Amino acid sequence: MRRGEEAMVPQAEFRSYYGQPVIKSPIWHEPHMPVYLYLGGTSGAASMLAAMATLTGRDRLALTARLVAAGGAAGGAAFLVAELGRPERFLNMLRVFKPTSPMSVGSWVLAVHSGLTALAAGSALVTPRRPPSGPPPSRLAAALPARLAAVLSGTRPAPSPSRTAGAAGAAGVAGVAALRARLVAALPSRAVTLLPATGDAAGLVAVLTGPLMATYTAVLVADTAVPAWHEAHRELPFLFAGSALAGAGAASMLATPLRDAGPARAAAVLGATVETVAGAVMERRLGMLGEPYRQGVSGRLMRAARVLTVAGALLAPVAGRGRTLTALSGLALTGGALCTRFGVLRAGKASAADPKYTVVPQRERLEAARQEAARGENGENAEI
Amino acid sequence: MAERMGFFTDTSICIGCKACEVACKEWNHVPDDGFVFRATSYDNTGSLGADTWRHVAFIEQPGRARDGRGPGGPDGSDGAASNGGFEDIEGWLMSSDVCKHCTHAACLDVCPTGALFRTEFETVVVQADVCNGCGYCVPACPYGVIDRREGDGRAFKCTMCYDRQLGGLEPACAKVCPTDSIQFGPLDELRARAAERLEHLHAGGRSEARLYGADPGDGVGGDGAFFLLMDEPEVYGLPPDPVVTTRDLPAMWGWAAGAALSMAGAVAISFLGRSRSFPGRSR
Repeated sequence: MRRGEEAMVPQAEFRSYYGQPVIKSPIWHEPHMPVYLYLGGTSGAASMLAAMATLTGRDRLALTARLVAAGGAAGGAAFLVAELGRPERFLNMLRVFKPTSPMSVGSWVLAVHSGLTALAAGSALVTPRRPPSGPPPSRLAAALPARLAAVLSGTRPAPSPSRTAGAAGAAGVAGVAALRARLVAALPSRAVTLLPATGDAAGLVAVLTGPLMATYTAVLVADTAVPAWHEAHRELPFLFAGSALAGAGAASMLATPLRDAGPARAAAVLGATVETVAGAVMERRLGMLGEPYRQGVSGRLMRAARVLTVAGALLAPVAGRGRTLTALSGLALTGGALCTRFGVLRAGKASAADPKYTVVPQRERLEAARQEAARGENGENAEI
Repeated sequence: MAERMGFFTDTSICIGCKACEVACKEWNHVPDDGFVFRATSYDNTGSLGADTWRHVAFIEQPGRARDGRGPGGPDGSDGAASNGGFEDIEGWLMSSDVCKHCTHAACLDVCPTGALFRTEFETVVVQADVCNGCGYCVPACPYGVIDRREGDGRAFKCTMCYDRQLGGLEPACAKVCPTDSIQFGPLDELRARAAERLEHLHAGGRSEARLYGADPGDGVGGDGAFFLLMDEPEVYGLPPDPVVTTRDLPAMWGWAAGAALSMAGAVAISFLGRSRSFPGRSR
């Protein structure tokens, strides 16, 4: 296969200054940058899962997804700050709003998103979940049209701890309950009564910031002179969105009792599919510029990502049968999502370090323009 | 307010003395960029960076048009034929590279803090007291000019001696250049002067001479610091057809919006599917 590729794409001839790179490599570090890409994307997708879970009355899944969303945003922000050359100046990110800078847009999105998800997660922690067959859990669900609410939540059976969780799950539930009790005791009573509605509202608004969180990072890396990133600006958002959804689905299924995690598993499968397809399309369309996604360390990372993601996605539909299967599927998907982000960063660095990827496409562009101009001139002459 | 000021670097008369590199460091207090022996040529600086705001490139030319794709097209092929052995060193090319101060500057576009700004001289300058070292400008620059200084954490590059310009002085590099290879002045004047110089060189048989970054119609809207080169740009380590990355930003957001909507759809589908609302499903 590799030999065939070489025959089809002859060795590109180009000139350079002693083989030195033309552009500067991205200076973003590992693990900060790729882990942020993973956490931020996962947080964005998880906030959407959380909102849907809240709307459909799935309290347990909503709790997990809200915690994942808030944790991902907060953890990601910490990695971002640590990545700065002057971390103490991180607030300068909010000094201006610049639509021409995806990082400026992203900083504002992250600031709003982390606030919203923290509020949503906080309220989910202090609000006792609806007792089995009780009234709707929140004012939001109560405000839904009665028929919809009945369809979505009325017929749900109560989760039975013996079947869903097992010992570990029960311990987790008890831990959450204890934490909730301490939180409630620490808060003023007024806040405790107001929090559920506020949290639900915040969680709903995060539906707007979530998709941005999962995709803006693709625009961020594409909006550079790095050939393997810039020329991939069509597929990268889908790759990142799919990876984010797979990551969020995986994290949510790992931390939710089996019975409640159905939508998380479905989301993980869909996300993994989008991620895999987008990655394959990207590498194919990029041609020579896609080499860094196939070769070297970055190529190995991308292949590892694909294997893990596909394996996790194949396991996900049966992951509801047991904790082991869930763990295998969730961890494989998480590993895949992480490998994708590390691979993309490495591929960008590799494509910036070799002048070939900068010079050859630009030469081809100039040559095409020259031929176009020559054709235009010939056409004009013919007309005369 | 003021006229757009610029650099015209005429590499055909550069003698590679590196006075510009030294003067730049002296005036701007730029720290050393490493004492490295690169063993490629008389250039031991390498490339522009946080600690190198002027960089003199040395190119040893082993006979022109070796690859048969001569710079001027048809006249490139006879160079290889008449040149005898390719071992011949036909000459040295020397060029003092610098920040291009693009009309459409990617570094400035992507800077999230507003640390990079456009001055009244239409140059592009980093405000060191604002920069938080996010590093976004570094891979955004199509020329690989700006970089983050290790240990300091902030991004640095040529300011076209903004402080000197405010005081009515020309930048340090142009001031010291002994051959006037580096010329500083109003950009319009420089462009006219460069066109004249190019015509002169072409008339003298130097058909390989070409202007680089002088065309306001190029991918960066023309450079505030442009060059007269004696070979293809990539030979000097310059991109042959640089494009400001933000030109495609609307398209990028369009694709991102498509991905975001697809994701929202996927999440919705996940909840529509086999819902656990059906008790009968449990085995």
